[in-house]
Amino acid sequence: MNIFQDANRKQIANRRKTDWYLHILFVIATSIGVLALCALIVDILVDGIARLQPDLFTNFPSRKADGSGMKSALVGTIYMLLIMAPISFIFGVGAAIYLEEYAKKGRITRIIQLNISTLAGVPSIVYGILGLTLFVRLLSLDRSLIAGALTMTLLVLPIIIVSAQEAIRAVPKSRRDASFALGATKWQTVYRSVMPSALPGVLTGVILAMSRAIGETAPLVMIGALTYVAFLPDGLKDSFTVIPIQVYNWLSKPQLEFKELAASGIIVLLALLLLMNFSAILLRNKYQKNV
Amino acid sequence: MEALININKLNLFYGAFHALKDVSLTIPEKAITAFIGPSGCGKSTLLRTLNRMNDMIPGTRIEGGIAIGGTEIYSNEVDVETLRKKVGMVFQQPNPFPKSIYDNVAYGPRLHGITSKRELDEIVETSLKSAVLWEEVKDHLKRSAFGLSGGQQQRLCIARALAVNPNILLMDEATSALDPISTLKIEELAQELKDKYTIVMVTHNMHQAARVSNQTVFFLNGEVIEYSDTEKLFSNPTDQRTEDYISGRFG
Ligand SMILES: Nc1ncnc2c1ncn2[C@@H]1O[C@H](COP(=O)(O)OP(=O)(O)OP(=O)(O)O)[C@@H](O)[C@H]1O
Ligand SMILES: [Mg+2]
Repeated sequence: MNIFQDANRKQIANRRKTDWYLHILFVIATSIGVLALCALIVDILVDGIARLQPDLFTNFPSRKADGSGMKSALVGTIYMLLIMAPISFIFGVGAAIYLEEYAKKGRITRIIQLNISTLAGVPSIVYGILGLTLFVRLLSLDRSLIAGALTMTLLVLPIIIVSAQEAIRAVPKSRRDASFALGATKWQTVYRSVMPSALPGVLTGVILAMSRAIGETAPLVMIGALTYVAFLPDGLKDSFTVIPIQVYNWLSKPQLEFKELAASGIIVLLALLLLMNFSAILLRNKYQKNV
Repeated sequence: MEALININKLNLFYGAFHALKDVSLTIPEKAITAFIGPSGCGKSTLLRTLNRMNDMIPGTRIEGGIAIGGTEIYSNEVDVETLRKKVGMVFQQPNPFPKSIYDNVAYGPRLHGITSKRELDEIVETSLKSAVLWEEVKDHLKRSAFGLSGGQQQRLCIARALAVNPNILLMDEATSALDPISTLKIEELAQELKDKYTIVMVTHNMHQAARVSNQTVFFLNGEVIEYSDTEKLFSNPTDQRTEDYISGRFG
């Protein structure tokens, strides 16, 4: 007896055809994203590679394109990161721990949760307005490094909270039970059992939020970060600029040389982003082995 | 044998659901007591009242009392951290921490303030020996606990529980995720441990209850139906429902 005789070969051929068409469609969909990124990178490299020289990092911006650099912007971005990272880590992870581990899962918690998720999607310029009112005016911090860093902290906080919550939630309940059953208090359980498991995920979220922040321009324009800064900030209350604002400034000039400078600025920014995202991935892989 | 745990007219509610009904039991020390009964009859619930792990389930309400060694464990006299140190628990699924074998066992003692390396080394060694795991792991204590087999992981969890020096060990279907050989090892281990510890185990395996335990409690719908010496309960049950259950007519 031939057990395959009832096979409907035509129908199977059709099913395979559909499979094939969709396969091609998905490849195209993926390629569009990859091609767009490649085109962007090639375009910028062509424009900017020539000016990617030591001068770019050691010189301040000037009226002439030749010899113009982005030292103040690069340092401003790094300073801002250094201020923003610890503050947003402490507050973001603290809030996530509270919401996941301590807060009773009631109405109020749900409302707070909804608020935070909404805030994560609010346009960044709105944070600029908030920063302007709160830090620049109310706390009279003026157009300073600290005002900018705090504004950016507000911007990344909801993102950090949400991603840290996800990382904390992903820790299996059995690990908490094991800890409690040995007589641990809540904080001991959080500190010794939950956080070690959640930390890679939390840090990945923090780094990705930071890399979003260093590319943001709108909120800083709003609070009045200067576009032309020919000195390094000398304290928290000094004025400052950052890479994307410097790029914006160069782009707004008519001369071709400045457009090239802008392209090299973008290369530096992209390299920084890539470095941060790469370290986030590295971190995740390193710890995943141990989970 | 002396009674160590006295459960007195215990009622437990999950919200409106009445999960334990007027449970009264005395559990003797240094013996193995088995809880048996069909799924959902409240065995795990009762076990978790003994180390107050139910406290963490929102909406749980309790009436009646449980005294361990004469002290009411739901009173202000007892800190829940101390209670859980004295009443260890082993779960159905082996749940080691993603840490080294050493750090798993040292987790409990560290919680309770032991930091000296020498002291910890000693506790880790004696606990692993008590859990009959020492010979298998003594040369690679720094390796991740996740590299152990399921049965070894479960013995590691037992060692971890023993490391804080408890009097009572609760085991909730601790062998149901294991292969027959690992199961046998844990059963033998339980037999050894009962000289020093009071063991309360939940099991779905009738043979296991019959093989291992000294007393058996049969539950049905949150009530104690029958409680007696294991030998008597299995050979000569008084209640028809017990007989039906152990002969496999329901559950
Ligand atoms: N967290 C909870 N909230 C509400 N009801 C619960 C909760 N935990 C258990 N119950 C209910 O209480 C009853 C007893 O549950 P329990 O887990 O103690 O049963 P069990 O005898 O251990 O069952 P099994 O043999 O399947 O493990 C069940 O009807 C269960 O649905
Ligand atoms: Mg159960």
